[in-house]
Amino acid sequence: MTVSTHEANVLGEDPFETANLLDPYPFLGLLRDAGAVSYLESTGSYAVAGYQEVYEVLTDFETYISSGGLGPRDIRKDSGWRPPSILESDPPIHTVMRRALTGVINPGTVRALREPFTPPAEELTEQLAGRERFDAITDLAEKYPLRVFPDAVGIPDVGREHLLPYGNMVFNAFGPENYIFKQAFAQGDEHAAAVMRNCQRENLDDTGFGAQIWKRVEDGFITEQQATLLVRALLSAGVDTTIFGIGNTISVLARYPEAWARLRENPKMAKFAVDEALRLESPFQKFHRTVAVDTVLGGVHLPAGAKVLVFLGAANRDPRKWGDNADEFDLDRNASGHVAFGMGLHQCVGQPIARLEMEIVLQQLLQRVSTIEPDGTPVPILHNVLRGFESLPVRITTG
Amino acid sequence: MAGMPGQGTVVQAGLSKGSEDLMTASAGATIDVVVGRADIVADQVVSLVLRRADGLPFEAWQPGAHIDVHVGDGLVRQYSLCSSPEELDHLRIGVLHVPDSRGGSKAVHALLPGTPLAISAPRNNFPLRESRRYLFLAGGIGITPIIPMLEAADAAGKEWTLVYGGRSRKTMAFAQQLEDRYGVDRIRVVAEDEVGRLDLDQVLAMPRAHMLVYACGPGGLLGAVEERCMGWPPGALHTERFVASTLGAAAANAPFEVELARTGSTVSVTNDKTILEAVEEVGVRVLSSCRHGLCGTCETQIISGEPEHRDAVLSEEDREAGEIMLVCVSRAAAGCPRLVLDL
Ligand code: HEM
Ligand code: FES
Repeated sequence: MTVSTHEANVLGEDPFETANLLDPYPFLGLLRDAGAVSYLESTGSYAVAGYQEVYEVLTDFETYISSGGLGPRDIRKDSGWRPPSILESDPPIHTVMRRALTGVINPGTVRALREPFTPPAEELTEQLAGRERFDAITDLAEKYPLRVFPDAVGIPDVGREHLLPYGNMVFNAFGPENYIFKQAFAQGDEHAAAVMRNCQRENLDDTGFGAQIWKRVEDGFITEQQATLLVRALLSAGVDTTIFGIGNTISVLARYPEAWARLRENPKMAKFAVDEALRLESPFQKFHRTVAVDTVLGGVHLPAGAKVLVFLGAANRDPRKWGDNADEFDLDRNASGHVAFGMGLHQCVGQPIARLEMEIVLQQLLQRVSTIEPDGTPVPILHNVLRGFESLPVRITTG
Repeated sequence: MAGMPGQGTVVQAGLSKGSEDLMTASAGATIDVVVGRADIVADQVVSLVLRRADGLPFEAWQPGAHIDVHVGDGLVRQYSLCSSPEELDHLRIGVLHVPDSRGGSKAVHALLPGTPLAISAPRNNFPLRESRRYLFLAGGIGITPIIPMLEAADAAGKEWTLVYGGRSRKTMAFAQQLEDRYGVDRIRVVAEDEVGRLDLDQVLAMPRAHMLVYACGPGGLLGAVEERCMGWPPGALHTERFVASTLGAAAANAPFEVELARTGSTVSVTNDKTILEAVEEVGVRVLSSCRHGLCGTCETQIISGEPEHRDAVLSEEDREAGEIMLVCVSRAAAGCPRLVLDL
């Protein structure tokens, strides 16, 4: 069978240029309008931004593989800066690791976290409710996951200060080796060594997810190295993403006071608000896949070895999927099907934890805060692949 | 077991399932049928061909469907259909005689051609979802719902294989016919007395893109399949499980009512609908994602009433506590006409 193909539309615009990182949406609109598949001169990769193509790339994990790494370089040729993680593996290696991880982190085990995860959120929001203005990022979004998540994994107190800088390295390395990357890697060795220490069996407490992953080594499921890498995966993928998820949700709700009022009346809707906010302001905006065999996508021929940059954040705002108001927050929208947590084989293992953290924080805020609005301009973070804020000043009323 | 990435929701199979009938007339009208043929197709397995007493064709049904068979003395059993959905002049079921079952399969085994019976219309809790590739896994009499699936997948030109395990060829109904029809490349019969037990590690070692796994068989097999599919894409696995005949819970989708405590209204959940669908139809929102009982998103508090859990998410403790349920698949337990939920 021959499939007629056309050339990808070549785009000169650079998604990793500072302006496009600080406000990605104008560029993403342009990219979606350019056609199903574009070629980015700046990075030498193909790009997909429509929901349909993004879905196809994510679900066809045989054609679009992960073992080439999520960054622009093919780490199969050109070894990466660290041993490949679950995220950077394909079946059957991925299968073994994923099975071990899903056995430990799943809706059933995560449900038990609601109890220990609630008091820190009560405490933090209670303090903030006593103030008229605060910074939703530095005073809340950045604090909360660090209060609960490392305990859930079971790492020691010493060395926790390396988690954020390490996450910053891991995720920025999914983009090009630009100045942002270099800055993130400035004290890279130190951060990586500290995090790796906390992945070792002897440094994990007996009850957390970390110890349960190591238990799988005793059961003969995975090797010691795989256990280390899985704990490392939790520590690197589980902190920054959730911080941005919380921050982005507040940033959206501060702009939609009617939605806040409705949520106050019905706080059980918090999970819908979180889901819709994840769609609209997806924390993990983009990453690469590698084409394993020559293929055709959206009428464009993609050669084996090519990199495809997958724009989750654009798929989540594709008007063909979400309608004309795709760029708006709509509490009544059914946001299920969004790809903020990916889709298919590599779909986020930590999703139930992330959702739980986000929902608890929002519910606790809703209980105490009657209105919330922006108090000055939010400062978006300069990051290669994550979307979030460095600072988000808000003004609140209580009562 | 918690967190299995599969649809482990349904409890219909080609085996008699121990559901004492608690259904009332409202559960749906019965259809009068006559046994056309009764053939022994394997050790302890009889295949029954049913025709309508009025000579009319049956209504259309899809692969994976089952019927209730009223086997007398108020006993009702569910059996998967293993005939072709293309041929509506008859239905066929395969019935395994289970020595310790409470009468269902024994009664069915005693049926002779010409015997009148009452059955329900076909219902489907194990539908074949559209995909590009399929891996079918059957253990013993679990082959029955898979047979029409093979036909549908084959007719649609899909890439598929069947792995069919059993104790020995003489206990494995339809094995020979399937090999003859589709060839041994696609039909892998694994008879324990010849080649040893089905090696699931090998069968499920390599997830394939756009491949769905449909598995039907005894609980032990399905548990092992679920475990291994935790490394597959979420939602790839679909299972249909036999219920131990001692369980006694109604596997049938009997209708019931759900009172929405916060909304203040009551909806009826008919047998062709899930709670989630019924609730959404009256405009009440429930966060859902997989809609197959595997992601935990639609978790809902139970205020009163007893659920029958059909999800793959809740742990044994959660089930016993009876405080929450996954409304995309779970239903009211037999004998519980009304659930009150925190919706
Ligand atoms: C709002 C917060 C989060 C977002 C937006 C997010 C997003 C994602 C996305 C998009 C992927 C798929 C990547 C791919 O397809 O290559 C992913 C995978 C993953 N996430 Fe998350 N994540 C979040 C929170 C977490 C948390 C809290 C954890 C740890 C418990 C976690 C652990 C992982 C792991 C281990 C994978 C790799 C799964 C695999 O390769 O099979 N994530 N995440
Ligand atoms: S368990 Fe996934 S929506 Fe119900």
